[in-house]
Amino acid sequence: MPAPIVHFENVRKTYQMGPVTVQALRGVTFEIHAGDYISIMGPSGCGKSTLLNLLGCLDRPTSGHYRLGGEDVSQMNDDALSAVRGARLGFVFQSYNLIQQLTVVENIEIPLYYQDRPEAQSRAMACRMAARVGLEQRLDHKPFELSGGQQQRVAIARALVNEPLVILADEPTGNLDSASGTEVMKLFDELHNQGKTLILVTHDPGVGQRAHRTLRLRDGEIESDVRR
Amino acid sequence: MSEDNFMVALGDAFRGLSFVRLKRAVRLGVRSLWLHRLRSLLTMLGIVFGVCSVIAMLAIGEGASYEAQESIKTLGSQNIILRSVKPPEEQKPSDKGNQSFVLQYGITYADVKRIRATIPGVTVVLPGRNIREYVWNISRRMDCELFGTVPWYPEMRNHRVAAGRFFTDNDMDEQRSVCVLGAEIAPALFPIDSPLGRHVRVGGNYYQVIGIMEPRTVVAAKDAGAEANKSSLPRLYIPLETAKLRYGEVLMRRRQGSFEAERVQLHEVTIKVETLENVLSVAEAIKEVLERNHKKKDYMIDIPLEMLRQAERTKQIFNIVLGSIAAISLLVGGIGIMNIMLASVTERTREIGIRRALGARRRDIIVQFLVETVILSGAGGALGVLLGVIIPFVVSYAAGMKTIITFWSPVLAFGISALVGIVFGIYPAIRAAQMDPVEALRHE
Ligand SMILES: Nc1ncnc2c1ncn2[C@@H]1O[C@H](COP(=O)(O)OP(=O)(O)O)[C@@H](O)[C@H]1O
Ligand SMILES: [Mg+2]
Repeated sequence: MPAPIVHFENVRKTYQMGPVTVQALRGVTFEIHAGDYISIMGPSGCGKSTLLNLLGCLDRPTSGHYRLGGEDVSQMNDDALSAVRGARLGFVFQSYNLIQQLTVVENIEIPLYYQDRPEAQSRAMACRMAARVGLEQRLDHKPFELSGGQQQRVAIARALVNEPLVILADEPTGNLDSASGTEVMKLFDELHNQGKTLILVTHDPGVGQRAHRTLRLRDGEIESDVRR
Repeated sequence: MSEDNFMVALGDAFRGLSFVRLKRAVRLGVRSLWLHRLRSLLTMLGIVFGVCSVIAMLAIGEGASYEAQESIKTLGSQNIILRSVKPPEEQKPSDKGNQSFVLQYGITYADVKRIRATIPGVTVVLPGRNIREYVWNISRRMDCELFGTVPWYPEMRNHRVAAGRFFTDNDMDEQRSVCVLGAEIAPALFPIDSPLGRHVRVGGNYYQVIGIMEPRTVVAAKDAGAEANKSSLPRLYIPLETAKLRYGEVLMRRRQGSFEAERVQLHEVTIKVETLENVLSVAEAIKEVLERNHKKKDYMIDIPLEMLRQAERTKQIFNIVLGSIAAISLLVGGIGIMNIMLASVTERTREIGIRRALGARRRDIIVQFLVETVILSGAGGALGVLLGVIIPFVVSYAAGMKTIITFWSPVLAFGISALVGIVFGIYPAIRAAQMDPVEALRHE
C-alpha cells in the first residue's frame, strides 16, 4: 500500500474560552489514501468543522501531528500554511463563498493568482475547469446571476483548478435544493471516478452514503470508521 | 496587535513581492475602488483639496512675493533712499507768526555734502526734486510731477529709457529745457504720433521731449513705501539744474485762498553704496548724520535691501503657515481614508477569509488593501495637482495677479499625498491581514 496522503496522529484541538477549556478534538488518528472518498458525519458540536479546518490547514492542532503528502504541516508558520493551502488543497463551502465582484472565470482563477502562474496560462486553466463543471457559457457572469447549483459548481471548479491533493467540502449541498444537490453530488462522484481524493462533511445521510468511507465523530473522538 | 507583529507583518508585505503580483494588485485595487465609485471619490476629496490648495496658495504667494521683491530690486539693493517729508502739523508757519511764511524742511544740499565727506563707501548720489504741475500738449492736459534729477538716474534706479534718450551732463550744465516723459504721459498727451522731438508746456515754459521711460509696475510704486504717497502721479523728468533755474528753491502753492510757501532743497536723494555688505552700516551712519543736523524729523530713510530681507522673512512665515495648513488638511484627508478603509476591511471580511483559504499570504492581503489606499491618495494627489495648477492660471487671468508655480510644489504635494496613503493605509491593511481565516470565513 502506498504512503497515505493525509495522516492524522493523535491530533487534539482545545479552545480556551476564558476559564473554560473546550476539547473540540480529543486525540484523533486516521489515514486517508489517494483516491479515497470520505464523508465525515456526526451530531452538531461533535467537532466536524474543527477537524475540517485542521485538514484544510486553516488552523493548527493544539497537539499531535498532521502529515499532508508526507510533510508535517502541524507546526508550520502562517506563510507556509498559506502556501500549502494554495498548492495542495481545494475548498468547497456550504455557502459557495464566491467573491461577488469577480466573474465566474476570475473566481476560478484565484488559487492560481496566488501561485504566481502566468496570466494566460491561468486563464486557460480556469476556462478548462469551467467547462469541466459545465459552465463554459457563463464565464463572464457574476455569481449573483447564477443559481445556487451553478454557484456551487463554480466553487468546485475553483477547488480543482490548482490540481490539489485533497478536496475538502463542508456541507456542499447544505444550501441547495434536492435537484441541484443531486447534480453536485454527481459531480463529486465523477471526480472520485477520475481519481480525486475527496473529504466531505455532511449532516445528510443520503449524501454521506455516497462516500466509500464514513468517519463518524462524537464528542471530539472517532466513533466509527466504516468502509463500503 | 503587538508592536512586534506589526513590524514583522510590514516587513513581510514587501519581501518577495514580484512586479507581476504588484501589477495585478493594482488592477484589483482599481477595480474594487471603481465598484464603489462615489465612495472612492468622496474619500479622495480630502486629499484633492489639501493638495490643490497647497499648490494654488503657494503659487499665489510666490507670485506676490516675486512681484514685491522685483519692485524692491528696481529700487536697487545697493541703494539707500532719503526722502523729504513735511514735518507734523504743529509746525505750520501760522503758529509762529514772527517767523517767515516759508516752511523750510527736508534734505538739503549740505546734508548730501556731509554724507559724501564723512561716510566712506558711498559712491554715487542721486538727488531729485519734485514739483507738481500740469503738463500740456496744446489742449491736452495731464496732472504730473516734474522730477528734476541728474543724468545717471536711469542707471542707478534700474529704470530704463524705452525710446529716445535720457538727458546728459551737457543738458544739465546748460540748463536746457528738455524733458523725458514717464511711460503713462506719452500716450495721454500724444495719442497719435510720437512725442519725440515735440514740445510740452509746463506753466509758461516749453520743454522738448527727448525720450520716453519704460513703465514701472503699479505694485512697484506701492511697495516702495513712501514713494507711493507722491508717485501715483506720472513723472516728467527734467535736468535738476533746469528745475532749479525754473522754480528756484521756494515753492508757492495757493491753497484754499491762502498762500503756502515751502522751501525744499531736495525731495529725494538716492545714495549708492559701494558694496552690498556695507549697505546696512552705511545706512546707520547716514541716520546719525541726519539726526545730528535735523531738529525735526523731516526726512525718511528707505533701505531696499532691508525691505527685501523683510519680504523674504514674510515669505518664509507665509510658507510655514501654508505648510501647517497643508499638513493639517492632508492629515484630515488621511484620517478620512483610514476610516473608509477600516469600514471596507470589515465589509470584506468574508472576501479576506476566502482569499486566505485559497492561498493568499498575510502580505498579499496587506498589499491588496495598501495598494487601494495608495491608489486613492495617489489619484487624489494627482487630481489635486491638476486643480492646483489650473487654479493659479485662472486667478492670474481673472484677478490679474501674478502666480508662480515652482517645480517642487506639485512634486512635494503629490509625494506627501502618496505618503499619507501609505501611512494611513497600513493600519487597516494589517488589521485585514491579521484576521484568523476561520473566523473570517464564518463572518456574515
Ligand atoms: N473558535 C471556537 N472557540 C471556542 N470553541 C469552539 C470554537 N470552534 C468550535 N468550538 C467548540 O468546539 C466544539 C466542536 O465544534 P465544531 O467543530 O464546530 O462542531 P460541528 O462542526 O461538528 O458542529 C463545540 O463544542 C464548539 O462549541
Ligand atoms: Mg460545523
